[in-house]
Amino acid sequence: MAHTAHTVKRYTGIMDWLTTVDHKKIGILYLLAGGLFFGIGGIEAILIRIQLIKPLNDLVSEQAFNELITMHGTTMIFLGVMPIIFALMNAIVPLQIGARDVAFPFLNSLGFWTFLFGGLLLNLSWIVGDVPDAGWTSYVPLADTTYSPHHGVDFYTIGLQISGLGTLLGGINFLVTIINMRAPGMTYMRMPMFTWAAFITSALILFAFPAITVGLILLMFDRLFSGNFFNVALGGNPVLWQHIFWIFGHPEVYILILPAFGIISDVLSTFARKRLFGYSSMVFATILIGFLGFMVWAHHMFTVGLGPVANALFSIATMLIAVPTGIKIFNWIFTLWGGSIKFTAANLYAIGFIPTFVMGGVTGVMLASAPANFQFHDTYFVVAHFHYVIVGGLVLGLFSGLHFWWPKMFGRTLYEGLGKATFWMFFIGFQLTFFVQHFLGLIGMPRRVATYLPNQGFDTMNMISTVGAIMMGIGTLMFLWNIFITSRQPKNAANDPWEDGRTLEWTIPSPPPEYNFKQTPLVRGYDAWWKEKMDGNKEMTPAEPLGSIHMPSPTILPFFMSVGLFIAGFGFMYGRDPFDNAILGFLFNNYIVSIIGLGITFGCMFLRSVYDDPGYHIEVEELEDKGGRA
Amino acid sequence: MSAHGHHVEGEWPHQPENATLEGRNKVLGFWLFLGGEAVLFGTLFATFLALRDQVGDGPTAAELFKLPIVGAATLILLVSSLTSVFAVQALHQNKVKDLIKWLIVTVLLGFSFLGLEIYEFVEYIHHGHNFTTSAFSTAFYTLVGFHGAHVAFGVLWITLLIIQVKKKGLNLVTAPKVYVSAIYWHFIDVVWVFIFTVVYLMGRVV
Repeated sequence: MAHTAHTVKRYTGIMDWLTTVDHKKIGILYLLAGGLFFGIGGIEAILIRIQLIKPLNDLVSEQAFNELITMHGTTMIFLGVMPIIFALMNAIVPLQIGARDVAFPFLNSLGFWTFLFGGLLLNLSWIVGDVPDAGWTSYVPLADTTYSPHHGVDFYTIGLQISGLGTLLGGINFLVTIINMRAPGMTYMRMPMFTWAAFITSALILFAFPAITVGLILLMFDRLFSGNFFNVALGGNPVLWQHIFWIFGHPEVYILILPAFGIISDVLSTFARKRLFGYSSMVFATILIGFLGFMVWAHHMFTVGLGPVANALFSIATMLIAVPTGIKIFNWIFTLWGGSIKFTAANLYAIGFIPTFVMGGVTGVMLASAPANFQFHDTYFVVAHFHYVIVGGLVLGLFSGLHFWWPKMFGRTLYEGLGKATFWMFFIGFQLTFFVQHFLGLIGMPRRVATYLPNQGFDTMNMISTVGAIMMGIGTLMFLWNIFITSRQPKNAANDPWEDGRTLEWTIPSPPPEYNFKQTPLVRGYDAWWKEKMDGNKEMTPAEPLGSIHMPSPTILPFFMSVGLFIAGFGFMYGRDPFDNAILGFLFNNYIVSIIGLGITFGCMFLRSVYDDPGYHIEVEELEDKGGRA
Repeated sequence: MSAHGHHVEGEWPHQPENATLEGRNKVLGFWLFLGGEAVLFGTLFATFLALRDQVGDGPTAAELFKLPIVGAATLILLVSSLTSVFAVQALHQNKVKDLIKWLIVTVLLGFSFLGLEIYEFVEYIHHGHNFTTSAFSTAFYTLVGFHGAHVAFGVLWITLLIIQVKKKGLNLVTAPKVYVSAIYWHFIDVVWVFIFTVVYLMGRVV
């Protein structure tokens, strides 16, 4: 390819955001969209808790309660926390390995837009009025057309299908990026822990998401085309759904938690100002957790009746996961031990993570014991357990990561004082909400039930739990307020705003220029930037001479491909509904809407294949004008 | 930039698909994608195995399947894998005419496979084996139909690549595209070998 100067249209304003293929901007888009859905899921959570504040409350109907719990779980997991994980992975991983971009900028953009349109389709159910109400696990026969006759579950199957496609593309993208795009000297065993976590999480996404894709297709075929996968009358098997769902569903919880492990490993070693204790064992433990995560799905099905042998095997496999997790916990403690610790907001979240996550882990081992599981099953004990690992683990980790990398993403540091106050509000609120739920479960309060009778010992603890949930809501609002007031400050964050940065992202301006590194850095050891600092160097040694940098062109195709899938999904959903309007009936009942939607998507794929993207070059003069250190 | 790879300008590299960073990314990303596809088909196979005896009032596998026609389809697809190997050989030797010739043969074989599959499905429907007949029939059409859809996508894709290679010539941008389409083609061939064994042969015997 010759270095001919290509003129590429550069967009500004809203078109810039719709067409961007820059991983840092896509990270910000993921954060915005994920934050929006996190807010929706949070409002649903608070409505659930207000309904349960007192016995025999009638704030919402039983039907609305089912819709709230279903959408709370689905939204938070698929549309809230996963995109925020992707936001941090996009914003930080290429910087941590010294890369100029991800391996597939086009797919990166496509992944974001399919996630967003899938999420919008799912939440459109609130406006249409047919909301998914079969639980986030959508078990059959509850989720089949006999017991869920309206379109709620169709929004679930098709919305998740589209957004899951985006996640899968993102996973492949990060695997290839980390394998192929590392800077010279950045060997696998020198990669920062967050990059390692992103790597293993991406591998889990690659092998777990196709399973749920198939599960959702089977459920969709049963519901929309009268298939018989789960129709017992014609030989179908409802337990099949549970297996497929959890073969995906259990790796999914490690997809969620591993990035949090990575974040807090980086945050703790930065603010303890020490090398991460036991780095190699951390890497090994991460890989082991990822591997074992695929071996334990049936522990969600102990009460189904798989038999004592299966239950015993899955019980032991589950308990095994406590070993690599324990390794990590001790390594974090030893990283802090003897360190010169700075209690920044990011570090408070990371330190708060450790005991909270341990509690979630301990109840996890309790639940892993099959005989005891029969007692805990379907009670608030389970709710307490998974919120301790997902909120007390992952969400605290995400808040930690957001405080830590905010200056790198936006060029402005969040207010520390307000950040610490937010931590205490959120953390205390969290413990109040979920600690008592262990005991509610042990004394027999069932989950997924819209209300309860008075004087069973449930009243006070439910009241405490609701107060805690409102405190978490206030904490989230404080975080948003912090973002708002920070955004009015000048963009003046230094390259290394915490002054103790250890990894490559802290060697370039905040926020980084579109090409990240003016010259690809040479990595000379683990904690590459810290090593240079300790050797008295003010900057990284470049691994290449200054030269023109090739960049991919912006493109609108991923946006339209996702719009096409959205339209097609909508068409399939209403393909067999009666319509009063003859034209609408013609369009939907003959699947013309779906064909148009898929036509848009495949048409865009065709254009992408036929028209090669020459990209454009940023020339040396332009690099020198910008002056920033690389 | 390193994107321009290790090869000497003007000389056709031994592995043109790996000569640029973009090419290496594409090939690796595609292998990983096929890993995900393997899980996808694995789940469909597991579903089929779980439901294959649940025929209800519909015909059983032993009553339905006629091995000669499926055997012919298998032979056609296996040969098409061989012809796509010849295409990649031509790609490595920079023989554009041979490349296009072998890709056309591959596509034609793919279309004949699809023709046989459609004929087969129409026959089954005449025998009362519809998508909605039983759990077995739903699982059968989903698994085999998914594979058929992959073949259909493959022939359209390779056709598009033939046109592109004719128009743009063989270079370091088009070479990785042709190469990954060949890996894709082998993958759906391997999946078919499993379908032939698990669905048809086991359906006749067990």
